[in-house]
Amino acid sequence: MTTTDPSRTSESATSGGTARRAGTGTTGTRILGIATIVVMGWLVAFGLGFSPQDRDQGESVRLLYMHVPTIWIAYLAFIVTAIASAVYLLTKKHSLGWDRLAGASAEVGTAFVGVTLVIGALWGRLTWGVFWQWDARLTTTALLFITYVGYLAVRRLEGSHEQRARRSAVIGLLAVLLLPLVHFSVELWRSLHQTASINNPGSDVKMDGLMLFSLFVGVVAFTLFYLWIVMHRTRVMAMEDLMDDHGLDAALAARHAEATDSHARGQTPGVTLAPSDITEGTD
Amino acid sequence: MEDAGFILGGYALTFGVIALMAWNVLRRGRRLADQIPDDEKYWT
Repeated sequence: MTTTDPSRTSESATSGGTARRAGTGTTGTRILGIATIVVMGWLVAFGLGFSPQDRDQGESVRLLYMHVPTIWIAYLAFIVTAIASAVYLLTKKHSLGWDRLAGASAEVGTAFVGVTLVIGALWGRLTWGVFWQWDARLTTTALLFITYVGYLAVRRLEGSHEQRARRSAVIGLLAVLLLPLVHFSVELWRSLHQTASINNPGSDVKMDGLMLFSLFVGVVAFTLFYLWIVMHRTRVMAMEDLMDDHGLDAALAARHAEATDSHARGQTPGVTLAPSDITEGTD
Repeated sequence: MEDAGFILGGYALTFGVIALMAWNVLRRGRRLADQIPDDEKYWT
């Protein structure tokens, strides 16, 4: 755990009125943020406007441009979590930066799996006539969501930063094993959910060009957002860890001051003598 | 027009979640940034 001078925190907190301190933004994140907003605008234009209706599904195919990119980001996020967890565990330095990257990525991935499930339910209602079926793909995706909610819960358990990092890294490595199960569930079991339209074994893409382009815009838009938010979130986590360390340092400093004061008065630190004890001792 | 409600609802939900996540991370970042010296922030 990194320890820092606690006096610097209180000093900085009290002198905050003169100049605003740097937040989590940098030139890189600002450029990324603007690019994300622009591409999200394109996504809305292509998804709701330019892309054509589907021959069979009609207008409901427009949900594809939200459904597929969100689960793509979730897959990417959980793979990043697993890689960062492995790097944390396997490197000698055990840098907490990898742990924060794993945690930030898992948070985004979990949120996006939740969105995928809800959009899938809306799309299912329009195409299948039901919001939910205990179908292999839907069930394994729900299991994936619950698993990563558990991962995030474990990150909030009591303990040092190192304990948090070790525990969650092990779970992050185990949880990612669900991804192949989710992805191949439509091949392994008879499923109501369709098989992959693009990333299929024969790479046989049967989609209209403008639909495919709209989907591509969606994947780019959500990937840019993922990069932007993970950068900000890891920085926020770094500051939260620093604040924890400052709090611990302040508590240790207060305890040290108390011990020094007690020592100067000739008492055992932490033991307060009653007046009766002192008078008995002088007899 | 049931489709339109579901489609627009799906888009609104997705962009709502994105906006909420972005707002939350920026708000927490600004609040913490004021309490920590810049030289302790590895990105500055």
